[in-house]
Amino acid sequence: MALERIQQVRGTGIPLRGDNIDTDRIIPARFLKSITFEGLEDHLFEDDRATAPSHPISHPAYRGAMILIVNKNFGCGSSREHAPQAIRRRGIQAVIGESYSEIFFGNSVALGMPCVTAAHGDVTALMALVEGEPSVELTVDVESMTVTGGGQSIQVNLPPGARESFLNGAWDATGLLLDRVENVDSVAKRLPYISGW
Amino acid sequence: MSLPMARTLFQKVWDLHTVRTLPNGQTQLFIGLHLIHEVTTPQAFDMLRARGWTVRFPERTIGTVDHIVPTRDQRRPFADLMAEDMLSALERNCRDAGIKLLDLSSGAQGIVHVIGPEMGLTQPGMTIACGDSHTSTHGAFGAVALGIGTSQVRDVLASQCVALDPLKVRRIRITGQLARGVYAKDVILEIIRRLGVNGGVGYAYEYAGDAIERMTMDERMTICNMSIEGGARVGYVNPDQVTFDYLRGRRFAPEGDAFERACEWWSSMASDPDASYDGDVVIDAGAIRPTVTWGINPGQSVYVDERLPDSAAPADHSSIAEALEFMGFSAGDAITGTRIDVAFVGSCTNARLSDLREAARVVRGRHVAPHVKALVVPGSQAVRAAAEREGLDRVFTEAGFEWRGAGCSMCLAMNPDKLEGREICASSSNRNFKGRQGSPTGRTLLMSPAMVAAAAVSGHIVDVREFPDGT
Repeated sequence: MALERIQQVRGTGIPLRGDNIDTDRIIPARFLKSITFEGLEDHLFEDDRATAPSHPISHPAYRGAMILIVNKNFGCGSSREHAPQAIRRRGIQAVIGESYSEIFFGNSVALGMPCVTAAHGDVTALMALVEGEPSVELTVDVESMTVTGGGQSIQVNLPPGARESFLNGAWDATGLLLDRVENVDSVAKRLPYISGW
Repeated sequence: MSLPMARTLFQKVWDLHTVRTLPNGQTQLFIGLHLIHEVTTPQAFDMLRARGWTVRFPERTIGTVDHIVPTRDQRRPFADLMAEDMLSALERNCRDAGIKLLDLSSGAQGIVHVIGPEMGLTQPGMTIACGDSHTSTHGAFGAVALGIGTSQVRDVLASQCVALDPLKVRRIRITGQLARGVYAKDVILEIIRRLGVNGGVGYAYEYAGDAIERMTMDERMTICNMSIEGGARVGYVNPDQVTFDYLRGRRFAPEGDAFERACEWWSSMASDPDASYDGDVVIDAGAIRPTVTWGINPGQSVYVDERLPDSAAPADHSSIAEALEFMGFSAGDAITGTRIDVAFVGSCTNARLSDLREAARVVRGRHVAPHVKALVVPGSQAVRAAAEREGLDRVFTEAGFEWRGAGCSMCLAMNPDKLEGREICASSSNRNFKGRQGSPTGRTLLMSPAMVAAAAVSGHIVDVREFPDGT
């Protein structure tokens, strides 16, 4: 299936400070009680926001932002895709961070939301830039692997497979996985626990 | 002809299940066993229908219900209509696709990571996926088992495959004897504390060493279960005689001669003795003490006789300060003596029969402290029935614990079991994240089931090593 190629995301940012922000905080489990992903964006960081009135997600200065900026091990814990779904449905189209949990990263690829990594110092500087001037426009460039904004440019990273997928519009894997069903059948046949002992 | 390279179990399983290299360089990996539950799958089935795809290998997927089931009154329809809707959706999806569902009336329902092994579905050498991060549990059998998101559940339903990058393998050897009162739970909490909550990102953890080899399957499952808490999506133990003895006679295990042939193949999948690793860590089992988390991630723990770290400590100082503030603790506080409100024995980490036995050993003849609400939630209907045959239910209820039906319960509180307000829970589960147990301000202290039991009867955190068995 032909999908949108994702080469660049351009927009303002939201800095969200803190290491090890887990998916229970991103979307508390009670909001997973649903058979769809609809409306999850309303509950993004709901409990964190309730205890911190100036939480960046609800702060008017960052309204309409498209790029989330985070620290280390973002999205750790539960595999719930509801977490990147809630972020994506809130209008975020790319994430810049020091590192991510593997499952969160993979789930985000499947939604067409690049999560690029950058050095600690660069992320810190970027957060400070956006906090000082929330209207500054950032560009996450998947082609050149840079983030630019406010006259600055930093190098970012993406695993080559994910980068290829975004650039070629192949980030939704199902079509590819269904491409060679005969190969799948032959793998199934060589597994003794399927073909019989 | 070159000699075959020595490989780890991870590499052997990966190679065997590789369908092809995708154009983007990722691996198309065949999934041998797909487990599903009610929370992360309804949207996947919807996506499938929207594209007109069908479930390609329905016999390779098995479903159960665990996250949202109430543990007190399990009669249908559930009082919670949304929970009822989710269960109905799973029933409908499984029926339409021809997928076996082990539901509440099956006698085999339970937490997905408890029932897979106990039914003999989980076997060495397999690839296993489930829309749940604790799928790493199944690695205890020498399977490559990983948690996936809903879009990947869709991929597996449609193609029986996922697109993945290979992982590096770090070997973690646990050597020597565990002291009395120290459990598999303490070992994995130790590993996470030392290597960090993100130390395993990009890695599979191979747990080895004589302490692991002496462990039962239940103990190995506890360790593999929390691999993801250390950032490792996959954790595994090489299959051995303990594994085979566990599997023999289970419902979905091979029988007769086929079982013997299976054992031979399973053995051949273990890591070669001269395989090389992307890292090697050795931990002295004898030095590990009962461990309790004090913070908001599973790496923030201390030995029960230690004091809480100083927030001025150079590393992670902002994380420590944030955690101390949320928990209402101060640097230098002792963890023993911390008053608890709730005691929870349950979850895919520690709700198997042996866990219940260890907790019962502590509470036998004692009583839960008057201010503590205590509950035991068996991991499966089979665990519950086996415990009742041994009279464990009476030990618990006579001590003032509630004895519940099987489910995820208070581990993540997607059901009526949850903390209220600022309550502190001594919990045998796996996550102490802010709000994890259902109250945004609730607090969780993770520990072994025996430590939970000791805290329940004492009313506060105590050192289970100083606690004689009950009468």
